[in-house]
Amino acid sequence: MLEQLAPRASDLDAALLTVENLQSWYGESHILHGVDFHIQPGEVVTLLGRNGAGKTTTLKSIMGLIGKRTGSIRFRGTDIIHASPHKIARLGMAYCPEERGIFSSLNVQENLLLPPRIADGGLSLDAIFELFPNLKERLASQGTKLSGGEQQMLAIARILRTGAKFLMFDEPTEGLAPVIVEQIGHTIARLKSQGFTILLVEQNFRFASELADRFYVVENGKVIDRFSKETLPANMEKLASYLGV
Amino acid sequence: MLGINTQALFGQLLLGLINGSFYALLSLGLAVIFGMLNIINFAHGALFMMGAFCAYFLLTWFDLNYWWALVLAPLIIGGFGIVLQHTLLRRIAGLDHLYSLLLTFGLALIIQGVFLNYYGSSGLPYAIPAALQGGTNLGFMFLPNYRAWVVVVSLAVCLATWFLIERTRFGSYLRAATENPQLVSAFGINVPLMITLTYGLGVGLAALAGVLAAPINQVRPLMGADFIIVVFAVVVIGGMGSILGSIVTGFALGIIEGLTKYFYPEASNTVVFLLMVLVLLVKPTGLTGKAT
Repeated sequence: MLEQLAPRASDLDAALLTVENLQSWYGESHILHGVDFHIQPGEVVTLLGRNGAGKTTTLKSIMGLIGKRTGSIRFRGTDIIHASPHKIARLGMAYCPEERGIFSSLNVQENLLLPPRIADGGLSLDAIFELFPNLKERLASQGTKLSGGEQQMLAIARILRTGAKFLMFDEPTEGLAPVIVEQIGHTIARLKSQGFTILLVEQNFRFASELADRFYVVENGKVIDRFSKETLPANMEKLASYLGV
Repeated sequence: MLGINTQALFGQLLLGLINGSFYALLSLGLAVIFGMLNIINFAHGALFMMGAFCAYFLLTWFDLNYWWALVLAPLIIGGFGIVLQHTLLRRIAGLDHLYSLLLTFGLALIIQGVFLNYYGSSGLPYAIPAALQGGTNLGFMFLPNYRAWVVVVSLAVCLATWFLIERTRFGSYLRAATENPQLVSAFGINVPLMITLTYGLGVGLAALAGVLAAPINQVRPLMGADFIIVVFAVVVIGGMGSILGSIVTGFALGIIEGLTKYFYPEASNTVVFLLMVLVLLVKPTGLTGKAT
C-alpha cells in the first residue's frame, strides 16, 4: 500500500503544495502522526475521513495555526513549516474555517473587505456579488445576523477578493440546505475552471465526489489511502469501510 | 431659586467634567488594551504619571514647551509601553488574568517607586501655557480657559479614537482580531504587531491624559495611583472592553461626582463605588458589556 501512496518524483516537482510526514500537537496531545499528500496547480483535492481523524488539524497546520508542528510543508517551493500564519497567507493561500469565522463586531461589508489583498487577480466586488447576489443586499447587516448559508457565502466570498490562488475550505456544506449546498458546489466548480487550486475537507461525500480530482483518506492523524476520480467507482466499498458509512 | 447657588453648582459641574475627561481618556485606554490583549493594565496609572513627568522633563531639560509635550510625551511613553509589551507582557499572553494583573501591578509599583525615590511625594509645578491662562466670564460662571481646553481635547481625542476603532480599516482589523486573532492572522495580517501597537496606543492615551493633568494636578509620582482606582470603577461600570461605553461612562461619572460634591459632599468620594456596586448587582457585565 505504501508504494501505491508514494507520489512519483515528477509529481512532487510540479506540486503547488507538498506535505510530508506532517505531525502536529494541540498542547500535549499528538493529533497528526505523519500526514503525506500533495496538490498540483489547478487541482481540487478532498481530504475524507471520520470526525476527529485530523482533517481540520491538517488544514490549520498548513495555515500555521497549530503551535507545534514538525515535518515538511512546501508551498510554491518555500518550506513553511516554521512560518507564522500571516507570512504563510502572504505567499498566496487563503483559508475558510469550519466555523466560518464571521466577525460579529463587523458588518457584512467590513467582513467582506477584511482580508487584505495579497496578490493581483482577486475577484472584484462585482464578480463576487454576481456569485452571491444575497450578500449585496445585506452589506450593512451585522455579520452574524446572516443565515447560516449566507454566512458561509460571506466566508467564501471574502477570501476570493484577496488574490490567493490556493484556497482551503473546511466543510463548507456543513449544516446547510440542499439548495445552498448546490450553489456552493457550482461556485467551487467555477473557481476550479478559473484556475484556482482547492483543498477541501468534506463529510458530504456526494458533494465532494462531484468536484474533486483526487481524494485522500485520513484516519488517526495519517493519510491511509488515496483515490483518483477514475479509480473511485471501483473502490466504493473500501471507501465506505474507511468512512464507516 | 430653591436655594441653589448656581455659581457653586456650575463650579462643581465643571470640576466633574474635568475629572470625567481624565476618567474617559484613561478608561478608554484600558478598554482598548483589554479588548486586544485581554489583560487589565494595572500599570495604567503609573504610565499616566510618566506622561506628566515626561512633559516636565521636556520643559526643564530640553526647553520644549507644553505644545511639544502634548505631541511628544504620548509618543515617548507610548514607545516605552511598546517596549514593555514586547519584552514582558508578550511572555504572559494566553495565561490566566492573574499573571497580567501581578505583572502590571508590579510594574506600577516599580515605576512609582523609582519616581518617588528621585522626586519625593510632593508635587513639581508645571505652569499653564500662556495662551490658555486666564478665564472667560460666561455670565453664570467663570470658566478657566485651561479647564475648558482639557475638556475639549479629551472629547476630541476620545471621538478620534472611537472613529479609528469603529470606522476605519485598521479598526476593523482590531475588532476582528479581538474576536478571533488566529483567523485574522490567517488572512495575512500581522496580529502580534497589532497587539504591540494597540498597547502603545492605550499607553499613549494615558500619557496624553498625564500631560493634560500636569498644569492642574501638579506633577507627582502618585498622581496616577490616586486616579486609577476610580478609573477601574468607571471601567467596571461601563463594561470592560467597550469603547463608546468607557467614554460615556467616564464623562458621566465625573459629572455625577461633581453633582454629589455640591448636593451631598460627604458622599463625593464614594458615589462612584456605590454606583459600581449597584451596577454589578443589576448587570454584572457592566452597562454596555456583553455577556461572555
